[in-house]
Amino acid sequence: MTGAPVRTQGPPTGQGTIKDLSHPGRRAYSHPALDVPAAELPDELVRRDPPGLPEVAERDIVSHYTRLAQMNYGVDAGVYPLGSCSMKYNPKIAEAVAALPGFQRAHPHQPDHTVQGALELLWRLERALCEITGMARATLQPPAGACGELTGLLIMRAHHVKQGSPRMRVAIPDSSHGTNPASVRLAGYEALHIPSDSRGLVDVSALEKLADEDVAGLMLTNPNTLGLFEEEIEKITSVVHGVGGLVYYDGANLNAILGRCRPGDMGFDIVHINTHKTFATPHGGGGPGAGPVGVTEDLVPYLPVPSVERDEMTGAFHLSANRPHSIGRMHGFHGNFGVLVRAYAYVFVHGGEGLRAVGERAVLNANYLAELVRGTFPMAYPGRPMHEFVATAKALKEETGIRAMDVAKRVIDLGYHPSTVYFPLVVEEAMMVEPTETETRETLDGLAVAMLQAAGEARTDPDLLHRAPVTTPVRRLDEARAARHLKLRW
Amino acid sequence: MRFAPHTDDDVREMLARCGLDSLDQLFDQIPPSVRLDRPLDMPDGVSEMEILDDMRRLSALDRSADDLVCFAGSGAYDHYVPSVVWALAGRSEFYTSYTPYQPELSQGVLQALFEYQSMICELTGLEVSNASLYDGATALGEAVNLARSAPGRDRVLVSSAVDPRYVETLRTYGRGAGYEPEVFPAEDGRGGRPEVGPDVAGLVVQHPNRFGILEPARELFGAAHAGGARAIQVFDPLSLGVLAPPGELRADIAVAEGQVLGNHLSFGGPYLGIIATRLDDVRRLPGRIVGETVDVDGKVGYVLTLQAREQHIRRERATSNICTNQTLMAIAATVYLSWLGPEGLAELGRQCAAKANYAASRLTEIPGVDLLFPGERFFKEFALRLPGPAEEVRDALIQRGFLAGVPLPDADGRGLLVAVTERRTKAQIDALAGAMRAVLA
Repeated sequence: MTGAPVRTQGPPTGQGTIKDLSHPGRRAYSHPALDVPAAELPDELVRRDPPGLPEVAERDIVSHYTRLAQMNYGVDAGVYPLGSCSMKYNPKIAEAVAALPGFQRAHPHQPDHTVQGALELLWRLERALCEITGMARATLQPPAGACGELTGLLIMRAHHVKQGSPRMRVAIPDSSHGTNPASVRLAGYEALHIPSDSRGLVDVSALEKLADEDVAGLMLTNPNTLGLFEEEIEKITSVVHGVGGLVYYDGANLNAILGRCRPGDMGFDIVHINTHKTFATPHGGGGPGAGPVGVTEDLVPYLPVPSVERDEMTGAFHLSANRPHSIGRMHGFHGNFGVLVRAYAYVFVHGGEGLRAVGERAVLNANYLAELVRGTFPMAYPGRPMHEFVATAKALKEETGIRAMDVAKRVIDLGYHPSTVYFPLVVEEAMMVEPTETETRETLDGLAVAMLQAAGEARTDPDLLHRAPVTTPVRRLDEARAARHLKLRW
Repeated sequence: MRFAPHTDDDVREMLARCGLDSLDQLFDQIPPSVRLDRPLDMPDGVSEMEILDDMRRLSALDRSADDLVCFAGSGAYDHYVPSVVWALAGRSEFYTSYTPYQPELSQGVLQALFEYQSMICELTGLEVSNASLYDGATALGEAVNLARSAPGRDRVLVSSAVDPRYVETLRTYGRGAGYEPEVFPAEDGRGGRPEVGPDVAGLVVQHPNRFGILEPARELFGAAHAGGARAIQVFDPLSLGVLAPPGELRADIAVAEGQVLGNHLSFGGPYLGIIATRLDDVRRLPGRIVGETVDVDGKVGYVLTLQAREQHIRRERATSNICTNQTLMAIAATVYLSWLGPEGLAELGRQCAAKANYAASRLTEIPGVDLLFPGERFFKEFALRLPGPAEEVRDALIQRGFLAGVPLPDADGRGLLVAVTERRTKAQIDALAGAMRAVLA
């Protein structure tokens, strides 16, 4: 018998929030003695009631957050097969280099001549990302993929404004990630939904009918959100270009095609990359990320400022705001620099050949795992999956009443983090599985056994699945209650 | 170097299981015309030792707050980061986890974020906080989007004493959302007379402002409310042990750069975008929110809640497009605020104010050096008017081991913004004064 891959240790005292551990007069902080005269602040602006922060000893803090850490699953513990998330192993060397003082302790307002190392790193990373994606220049400023989408769409908008009209709509496939339509609206556009065909690919004839001169562009992932390569990609990009639109590559699935093909060569004009997916920067329980955006030569004038430039004569680097048509600033400083340092380490440790191997192994692992489970969880669409696959528990549900969510929860009790479920929205009882390249064959075998065992138990002992998980620190949580009786703070 | 574990046998046998005999066949569906028929034009992969050498070389080209005595601020500050912060936030169960989509396996991150939201509410005197945004500048963009959800109110007024990087970021956001932030002039470094008409959605004031000066925030926010607009305050989280919180000043939305809460300078990021507001606006808040609930056994637990606001459910009608946020930085902030406690926060605020005042008095003893706005009260940074170009003075002081401050675009290039955190000692301040005196002599 196995159990959930998270466990708490330590005595049963110390439960609750950090506030519950508070005792008046306890403290953890230590400041030096004040060695200058005290200053008075204006009476009308002084705080009267101290904030209700916990009063705890350092030892309390360490025990409490260690206990919380134990209740949390990270990819260091094992496979994390969330589809569309590319939760691959995060190399430790990236943490070591990010802590180097010239990176971790550099102040963002330091003059250029004192941050030549940081600027060279950004410059070299930009060039590498442009080579990987087939773009001319890139901005490293967007702090996450969704911000990269907004950046790219504002560039699209600036391009069309220059041509005379911003246009009205941006096309997105019905299987797209929710950030796409949300970003489209933030960029001042309406979302134009493009249906998928029976193969799970963009319905090109529908696109042809819908594409007109009000369409500013199309946003697409390729491989798409179903894990399938858009085989008619050249047709798609030429339809959009034919009406004067631009094509945006959502880099969520770039891992699959590293070194094999490039968005620029497929006809894309704008590309964003999620460094926490493709380049293994740790996702921190929800962030930070980084969302660099690359563009073709024609769109370079609209990229955000400041940009990193190199003086060809001296070889010195500087930050430049010299882009009169720039969309402006997407971040308070230079983006999530510490994340970009980790991405740099990952990219240059691998080199071109290594990155190509990353993509190959990611696709191999997904195909192998799909092969192991497809007899029970059929693929939602017939094509060969790439780095991830979307299976469906629809047949299982019809036969047993057991849903994809129940399978996922049972898989937890069997010792594994489950896949994404119920995404993409266009697939019933979707199970979206992305094992990534860093998992061993034995791990994939074990995960498949767990998924198939859960399906078997759906027939023999469905209650086991309805009740799951039973081995976790908490069991299934009442999400409806959380939304109905809002308790968002202590 | 590769992190993929496959042996040649693994590859062969796994391919065979898929009915294939070469890796290339996995990519057959990619049309030949778009395949890359050459290797990527990049250096070859290297060993871990070699990448470490390369990056140590780059790091060594940088000066930093490690080897310069740092009086630079203007949105990023050299506050002390206690050891306990990253010993805990740096645990791999936190930093190598994803967004908590499976709450039973993610109670650690979820509870830490619940505690973060609670602490932000305690700090700001406001009722709700989300689980983080990217940074202070983009948090302001989101706050303005929230304010502009009021029908018929599209305009956004921003004090000229708000950090220009924030205004530039707003201008970018406005390109899509359809507004242009309107900057109203502060008078002598603070205040101003904004005209808040019935079409104004929000009034943005930074307090303490971009010159470090304390704003007449109550009056400005009163003007916003008189015109029916939301009052938006950009605040410094570490000022709130000594300064009245946004809620008490009657701000409706408070946003901040949370770098100061236990996060490293890191050349500008990853930082932490803080946003807090009143309960009435909770369904208009952007981003993740964690709520407390119970499990099937009645045991307390935490989940992502009010997800109907978010892009993955609501798509183009979501309150924001944000997905990935800055959770790890929020966890660091939570540990840091636990370390400070109410008394540590207040003492830190008193030290910053005292040291900044002492530094201002020492530096203005230098002939030709004056406060840019004499007589104004400040918290932890202040603007000087130098007798010469501020960039030259700063560069000369770097030669002497000081990052003396951040040159301001104001005062004909002779303005220098000097920040003094609790880390700076009297001896360092005296030494900066001596060095500046020598440089200006």
